[in-house]
Amino acid sequence: MTTRPALADLTVGDVVATRTVELDRAALVRYAGASGDLNPIHWDESFAVEVGLPGVIAHGMLTMGSVVGPVVDWAGDPGAVVSYQTRFTKPVPVPARGTAAVEVTATVGAVDADAGTARIDLAVTHDGVKVLGRAQAVVRL
Amino acid sequence: MANRLPDPSFAGREYPATAPYSVGREKIREFATAVGAVHPAHHDLVAARGSGYPDLVAPPTFAVVVAQRAEAQYIQDPEAGVDFSRVVHADERFTHHRPVVAGDELVTVLHVDSVTHRAGIAMVTTRCEVAAVTPDGTEPVSTVTSSLVIRGEDA
Repeated sequence: MTTRPALADLTVGDVVATRTVELDRAALVRYAGASGDLNPIHWDESFAVEVGLPGVIAHGMLTMGSVVGPVVDWAGDPGAVVSYQTRFTKPVPVPARGTAAVEVTATVGAVDADAGTARIDLAVTHDGVKVLGRAQAVVRL
Repeated sequence: MANRLPDPSFAGREYPATAPYSVGREKIREFATAVGAVHPAHHDLVAARGSGYPDLVAPPTFAVVVAQRAEAQYIQDPEAGVDFSRVVHADERFTHHRPVVAGDELVTVLHVDSVTHRAGIAMVTTRCEVAAVTPDGTEPVSTVTSSLVIRGEDA
């Protein structure tokens, strides 16, 4: 059993987790299959370019789904995440060979002692550019 | 078809509940693997039960699988006028009333909360109320809100 963090020990601004998520084309195909989102902008280069994208991009929902993992692991319980939201501000292009690295830093944004929850703010970047905006997970501890 | 944008009159529409989606263990494991979710409660039944869950627990964004199926009722309706090749996903929000677990039979009611136009760009916000079938009716599980931006042909 992992030890779960205690609300009383948290201070706004504490970094609770960091992670680098590496996305390659296989990860996009796997997510397309697992989620049922078969939009070709996530696997067909020529289609992606035709609709004005730089190339194949990751599903926003893949990025969103991947970067909450460190929060779940820190909280010690996937059911602790009572809400989770984000804006998709920039696409993450994924090259045909190699990977696109997405950097995640999870920070305590607010503590609500009455509700027994902490808001964890996720700073998510690719190549130094923010790709998610207002990415926030509320975790019950 | 010049500058076709979604029909604003769809705002406020509510769709009938979807057929039940059966949440399977292997689907949870598959989805968890796809998003790199390594917590044992997604993969290992003993661990999930040890954490107090009746079965494997889905990752926080799993409900999108059922939400996207429900949203298709609206997005793929030619009358709605949503040109999917011009869609950009703008934001997504999950509010979990309880976690999704394997064995759930999920039914979803789709609401089109708003359809707005501004300067050749449209924004559509949908809300999926996801509930689990229980012996007495249904129990709320997740609310999934999704906003899409659709560029008109001139934008």
